[in-house]
Amino acid sequence: MMRALPVLTVLLALVAIWYLGAVWMNSAWVYDQAARNGQTVTLAEVIPQTMAQDRPLLPPPHQVAAKLWEGLAGQAVTSKRSLVYHGFVTFRGTMAGFALGIVLGVGLAMAIVRFRVMDMSVMPWAIISQTIPIVAIAPMILVVSNQLGIQGREVPKAIIASYLSFFPVLVSMVKGLRAPDQMQLDLLKTWGASEAQTFARLRIPASMPYFFASLKVAVAAALVGTIVGELPTGAVEGLGARMLLGSQYGEPLITWAALFASAILAGILILAVALAERLAGRAMGVRA
Amino acid sequence: MSGGMILALALLFWAAAWAVNTVVAGGPIGRTRAGRIFVPALFGVTLLVLWEGIVRGLGVSAVILPPPSAIAAKIAESTGLLWADFVQTVLKGALSGFLIGTAAAFVTAVICDRVPFLRAGLLPVGNFVAALPIVGLAPILVMWFGFGWQSKAAVVVAMVFFPMLINVVAGLAASDRMQRDLMATWGASYWQGLWKLRLPAAMPFVFNGLKIAASLALIGAIVAEYFGSPVVGMGFRISTAVGVLNIELVWAEIAVAALAGSAFYGLIALIEKGVTFWHPSQRN
Repeated sequence: MMRALPVLTVLLALVAIWYLGAVWMNSAWVYDQAARNGQTVTLAEVIPQTMAQDRPLLPPPHQVAAKLWEGLAGQAVTSKRSLVYHGFVTFRGTMAGFALGIVLGVGLAMAIVRFRVMDMSVMPWAIISQTIPIVAIAPMILVVSNQLGIQGREVPKAIIASYLSFFPVLVSMVKGLRAPDQMQLDLLKTWGASEAQTFARLRIPASMPYFFASLKVAVAAALVGTIVGELPTGAVEGLGARMLLGSQYGEPLITWAALFASAILAGILILAVALAERLAGRAMGVRA
Repeated sequence: MSGGMILALALLFWAAAWAVNTVVAGGPIGRTRAGRIFVPALFGVTLLVLWEGIVRGLGVSAVILPPPSAIAAKIAESTGLLWADFVQTVLKGALSGFLIGTAAAFVTAVICDRVPFLRAGLLPVGNFVAALPIVGLAPILVMWFGFGWQSKAAVVVAMVFFPMLINVVAGLAASDRMQRDLMATWGASYWQGLWKLRLPAAMPFVFNGLKIAASLALIGAIVAEYFGSPVVGMGFRISTAVGVLNIELVWAEIAVAALAGSAFYGLIALIEKGVTFWHPSQRN
C-alpha cells in the first residue's frame, strides 16, 4: 500500500492532465463549429462537447478506454476489427523475432567469450550495428525478401525485431559468461574439464541472472521492432498497422486504442518473462 | 573475369583476412591500441569485399542488393541531396528533439530527486513507459505538429524522455551513504551536495542514458517522416526511393544514417571519456 500510493497519485495526475489537454485541444473545433453557425458558446457548454467528438484531436481517456474495450471484448476474436486478433499477429511477430534474437545473441556471445579474435573483430561492429537506425532498413528488408520470393510480412518483421533484440542479450551474455572468477575456472582446469564442459557446467549456469535480466529488455525491444516493422511497410495486420490505419483515415481513436493495446501487450510480455525467470530460478535451485 | 573467379577471390580474401586477424588477436600486437583498431577495421573491410564478391560473383540483381561500389558511386554523385536530407532529419528533427527531450528528463529527474514522493510514483511508471513502443505516437504527433521538422522533434522528445529519466534518477542515487554523510558533516547545503557530489557521481548513468537516447532519436526522426514530411528528409527519401526501386539511393541514405548514428554515438562516448575519466570502466 505504501508503495502503491505514490504510483496511483502520479497516474491520477496524468489522467487529470490528459483531460485538461483534451479540453484545451478539442475546444478549438467546438469554437469553430459555433462560429460557423453564428452562435457563441460559453465554457460550460464547450467542455461536454470536447468529451465526445468523433474525431478529436486528443481523445479523452474514457473515449480511448471505450474504444479499447470495444476492440478487445466487443468483437469476435477472429474479426479484422478485433484488437485481440491484431495483437496476436503482433505477438507472433514479436515471438519470432525474440527467439531469433536470443539464438543470435547467445550464439555470438559464446563465440565472443570463447575466441579472442571474435571478441576483437565482431564486438565493435555489434555496437555500431545498434547506432544504425533500423527503421531506415525496414522498407529495404521488405523489398529484398519480396524479391527473394518470401511471401507475407512475417519474415521481414521477425528480422527487424531480432535486429533490435539480439543486442541486449549479446551484451549481457558476454558479461554473464565471463562472470565466473579465476578461482572457479582454475578449479575446473584442475579437474581436466574440456572447454565445452566449462561452458556447460560453469559459464552457462553462472550467466543465468544476466540472461533473464537481458530478456526483459530484449522482449520489449522485439515488440518495438515488430511494431516498427508494421508501421512503414504497409502491413494490413497487427497493432502497428492499426496505428497506421487510424492515421491514414483520420480516425485518431483507432490509433489510440492500438497504442494502448500495444502497451497492454508489452506489460503481459514483461510479466511472462519475469514469471519464466522465477520458474527457471526455482528449477535451478535459487532460493527465493 | 568470370563470376566464379570473383566469388572465389572474395572468399580467398575473407579466409586470408580471418587468418591475419586470428594471428594478430592472439599475438602481442592484439594488446596494443593499434591492434585493437586494426582487427575490427580489417573485419569491416572483409565484410565489404565479401558483399561485393557475392553480389558480382553470383550476379545478384541490383534491385535486391547493389554492390558497395555502386552505393559509393551513388553517394558521390548525390552529395547535395544527401546533405539536404541530413540537415532536415538529423540536425533539425533528431538533434533538436534529443536536446529538448534529454534536458527535460534531466530537470524532471532533479525534481524527482528533491521530492521523494514524486520519485516513488514516477519511477515505476517511467520504467514501464520506457519499455513501451512510444514510436507508435508518431502518427498522432505528426497530426498535431504538422509535416515539418517540429513533429519529428516532438516524436524524438517523447521517445527519449523516459529512458533518460530513469537513468538520471538511478544516477542521482549512485553516490553511497558514506560520501553523502561526509558532505553533511561539512555542512553542505542540498544544492552543494547535488553539484559537488551527486551530479558528478551520476555522470556514468547520464551518459548511458544519452547513448540510448542518441540511437532512439534517429529512429524516431526517421519513422515520423514515414507519416508525412516535406519533400526532403531521410525517411521521406527512403520510402519514395523504395517505391521506384532506386535501391542504390536507399542504401546511400542508409549509409548516411549509419554514419550519422555512429558519429553521434562516438561523440557522446568521447565526451563521456573526458567527463567520467575517474570511473573504473574508463581507466585502463
